[in-house]
Amino acid sequence: MTEQEVITVDARGLSCPQPVILTRKSLSDKDIQRLHVLINSPVARDNVYKYAKAQGFNAEIEEYNEDYIIKIYK
Amino acid sequence: MTINEKRIIVITGIVVGLLGGALVLFGNPQNMGFCIACFIRDIAGGLGIHQAGVVQYVRPEIIGLILGAFIVSKISGEFRPMAGSATATRFFLGMFMMFGALIFLGCPLRMVLRLSGGDLTAIPAFLGFLAGVVVGTEFLKNGFNLGRSQRQGAFEGYTAILFVGALLILLLLVPGILFFSEEGPGAMSAPIVVALLAGLVSGALAQRSRLCMAGGLRDIYLIRDFTLFTGFILIFIVALIFNLVAGNFQLGFEGQPVAHTDHIFSFLGMALVGICAILLGGCPLRQLILAGSGDGDGTVAFLGMLIGGALAHNLGIAASPEGATTAGLAALVIGFIFVFSTGFMNMESIAAPASSSKSTVK
Repeated sequence: MTEQEVITVDARGLSCPQPVILTRKSLSDKDIQRLHVLINSPVARDNVYKYAKAQGFNAEIEEYNEDYIIKIYK
Repeated sequence: MTINEKRIIVITGIVVGLLGGALVLFGNPQNMGFCIACFIRDIAGGLGIHQAGVVQYVRPEIIGLILGAFIVSKISGEFRPMAGSATATRFFLGMFMMFGALIFLGCPLRMVLRLSGGDLTAIPAFLGFLAGVVVGTEFLKNGFNLGRSQRQGAFEGYTAILFVGALLILLLLVPGILFFSEEGPGAMSAPIVVALLAGLVSGALAQRSRLCMAGGLRDIYLIRDFTLFTGFILIFIVALIFNLVAGNFQLGFEGQPVAHTDHIFSFLGMALVGICAILLGGCPLRQLILAGSGDGDGTVAFLGMLIGGALAHNLGIAASPEGATTAGLAALVIGFIFVFSTGFMNMESIAAPASSSKSTVK
């Protein structure tokens, strides 16, 4: 198995569209393989997921207590 | 944009457009089926916070919008008590957003409804709004944020619902203690039940679709996403057709209902609204929906708008069909200084990833 760097972005408590902007900034790094975005609002969850998909990434939503982790990978 | 998401924003646009046209037939002022800014200002008058006799009425549409968003967010599990992101700043942004809207004479939603009624004076307002949204979005791109909100106890999430619930009880049971316009726009209203239902339905749909006038333009500029803008356009088209059929379409600049021809003021007023809306994370309508979904920051913006509505009339900032005022000009200057200060002073970078870890993915 390969070792991959997982970048985690904490976007909890930020109002939209800031979680999307953070995600975009992180994804603009060409070397990025896996990005985890921590989210705690359903609106941001949907927006980040939709944005990642629109950019051609795979994305999964995982519920974690009352927060969400959007797992984005190529 | 998924099919479901597309469907809900399309339905929202159509229904809000229809209700925007229909509420006029039921008695609301011309091109004012919905106007979040005007209606919050009317509520401030209804509570006696200002004494402008022609704009006093506790508008059930506002109550319905918040309650509709509340009910749907409760059902869908999206209701979350959150607050604590630059509370006082949000209050003032709400206040200045109201000043800007009342200098133009309408919130972004009424701007669209005015356009759909043939009111061409809303064009400079739209251009101003667009400019404001672009400026606000540039702040966002450069790292602007008002800090994180935090999870709150359940009660915080219910504050807006308790407030509008109390307003509804006063309106229905003890209207004698409220103020009601006897003439002017404040005296023109749809029956309480109709207005309340229109608000409930629109609030519920807006909660599901995240309808936001400022967000529609912002998403195009920021991420080339047209979802929210679809709602914006559909409200315009549906209300336009409705007005044409109902005979409420009157094309021109002169003599438009509850409007003026001071185009520079319309432009600047809505530019201020656009910046405030982007910095707040949503237009006046969206703030109400957030408030109904448990967001105390949305509630505080709503209260800022309420006080802004009162001050706009107490201090002569609000325009009238005769035109804008000197006090309005002063409010614009102060408002722009405030929003640019807010923008520049809140650009500390949250852009860097919060944490990065090497881990073996198996």
